[in-house]
Amino acid sequence: MIEIRFHGRGGQGAVTSAEMMALAAIAKGKYAQAMPAFGAERRGAPVLAFTRIDDEFIDVRQEILEPDVVAVLDPTLLAGIPVAAGLKPGGVIIINTHKNPSEIKKQLDLPTDARIAIVDATAIARETIGRPITNTTMLGALLKATGVMKPNDLVEPLKKRFGKIAPRNIDAMNRAYKETKITKGAS
Amino acid sequence: MAQSDKPRWQELEIGCIVTDPGSTRYYKTGDWASMVPVTDPERCARCGLCWVFCPDMARIRDQRTGAFDVNEFYCKGCGICARECPTNAITMQEVTD
Amino acid sequence: MTRRVGMEVSFALSEAVKNCNVDVISAYPITPQTHIVEELSQMVADGDLDAEFIMVESEHSAMAACCGASAAGARTFTSTASQGLQLMSEIVFIASNMRLPIVMAVANRSLSAPLSIWGDHSDVMANRDSGWIMFFVESGQSVHDHVYIAYRVAEDSRVLLPTMVNLDGFQLTHVIEPVELIEKADLGDFLPPYDPQIQLNPLKPVTMGPAGTPAMFTEAKKAQEVVTWNSRAIIDEVWEDFGKRFGRHYKAVETFHTDDAETIIVSMGGLSGTARAAVDKMRKEGKKVGLVRIRLFRPFPAEDLRRILSPAKVIAVCDRAISYGGPGGPLCSEIKSAFFGYSGAPYIANFIIGLAGRNVWVTDFEHIADRAQQLVLQEEPAPYEIIGLRE
Repeated sequence: MIEIRFHGRGGQGAVTSAEMMALAAIAKGKYAQAMPAFGAERRGAPVLAFTRIDDEFIDVRQEILEPDVVAVLDPTLLAGIPVAAGLKPGGVIIINTHKNPSEIKKQLDLPTDARIAIVDATAIARETIGRPITNTTMLGALLKATGVMKPNDLVEPLKKRFGKIAPRNIDAMNRAYKETKITKGAS
Repeated sequence: MAQSDKPRWQELEIGCIVTDPGSTRYYKTGDWASMVPVTDPERCARCGLCWVFCPDMARIRDQRTGAFDVNEFYCKGCGICARECPTNAITMQEVTD
Repeated sequence: MTRRVGMEVSFALSEAVKNCNVDVISAYPITPQTHIVEELSQMVADGDLDAEFIMVESEHSAMAACCGASAAGARTFTSTASQGLQLMSEIVFIASNMRLPIVMAVANRSLSAPLSIWGDHSDVMANRDSGWIMFFVESGQSVHDHVYIAYRVAEDSRVLLPTMVNLDGFQLTHVIEPVELIEKADLGDFLPPYDPQIQLNPLKPVTMGPAGTPAMFTEAKKAQEVVTWNSRAIIDEVWEDFGKRFGRHYKAVETFHTDDAETIIVSMGGLSGTARAAVDKMRKEGKKVGLVRIRLFRPFPAEDLRRILSPAKVIAVCDRAISYGGPGGPLCSEIKSAFFGYSGAPYIANFIIGLAGRNVWVTDFEHIADRAQQLVLQEEPAPYEIIGLRE
């Protein structure tokens, strides 16, 4: 089972990212589960969303404490939220940021052998979609960093969800897939 | 409710429904009356206001004379008809045995 | 054929309601049920579901409208949660006493105060005595399936009782997971059209909901009790038929690794999956732990529970509600009652978990099993323990 935790701010579509991953996996015949950290949310407040993907039936219904993958949609979250909490050794953290990996390593308490994936998703989103909403862009980074699915697998769910604006979101995802840089976070 | 007064639980209808429509007509509410209205036929104008105002639909129209009789099975003796009669044809009198 | 779709559990429920071709829906929105009724209102507006959607100003009116509609012979649906269930509560009791086969999805959520929008079982437990048949489901699939099952059971002429499908708020309603949707065409004659045994009809007038005098009220309650207990046989029949047609076999009490279990965890509702994962893990570690998942709460499967739980040394009953000033968790007190007077009862430990949506981890269930094994050594009965309480 792969457990992914998304960190975002209300209104940035973190929950949508989680859903897109789950729906794509289910369409491929896998088992998947997506849910937000439940509750009333307001625009701008930090939010969490979770996705589990497995070849076996998924029994558990709880938030993800020890993710294999963490995706941080908003760089400003790094300062206040322990985004890397519980990240499994050897796990990967994907961050939308200008910073370089060594700066990230200094700022976050990463486990052994954690890998860091960096992408300037805000810039890509602004250029491709026209707004700094990074959820679909980050999907590309997520897929590059984890290899759990290919960008092509996300096309149908994205089309269904975004309709007319799907093409731009798909482009953003594909660009992030190309531009995401992954480094090993050697301890 | 089953028709008998004290049904066994097996005899109750589903959901205790009452299958006899308008079953309250069996209740002799006229037993409550301590006064009954008496109409002076000379003064009665056959206007029908006693029938209109009766809260219990206890007034019956005599088809032959046009006058409004009292159905003592239901009349509770409230006196509203006596109060409303425009010709003061109705007086309330005590029920005697 | 069935269609495997990733979808939010709330929508899997609305899909099933649509396929049941309900006649009347009357509901008022309340978190976390909102997606269910919003989706249904959209379906009606789009013409995908030919039903009357009665907008009402409160849950009390919703249930009243459902009673009226059902009394007139309509297949009726509503949904609510928490404060909404409490607001409609007086009519909830009336619906069952009037033998109206309404189906209601309750997105179980805690009762205020303090105000909580998160899931637990306190709302349904406060209405245990209402006389409704009560199912508890634990996955999107069982949610979808039990809408069909609920109507088939409720409308059976030998039953005619309103039925609740309980699904944990948020932990079920708002999760996206794969569901095998049953297509309307493939329901076949599993769910025949509603054929009312009693009905408001101007051509054949009856009075529904009359007054009940001291002289006959006791008999009326006895009649209701009898039909409630007798419904179990029909529920089993319907589950069997469902299993034959659709390949998913449901039972009042489901077991996992109970045959040689010394410790059995008893769970009900959406957290049962996490419990199952925990039992799986403990079994791999060689621990003799099992899980019982209660699917039917009313009528209460006392006999099944006695049979399945007796061989264990200790059972750990997990409640998602507390009955203040009472014997602890409602489910546990019912299980204890089920054993009273029977020899061979195991030690029964009670744990309160997941109040107002608090996460319950696999490790919590492992702790529960360990704690139960410690308690049984004491022999003395112990009061309930609240998992995760900060003291």
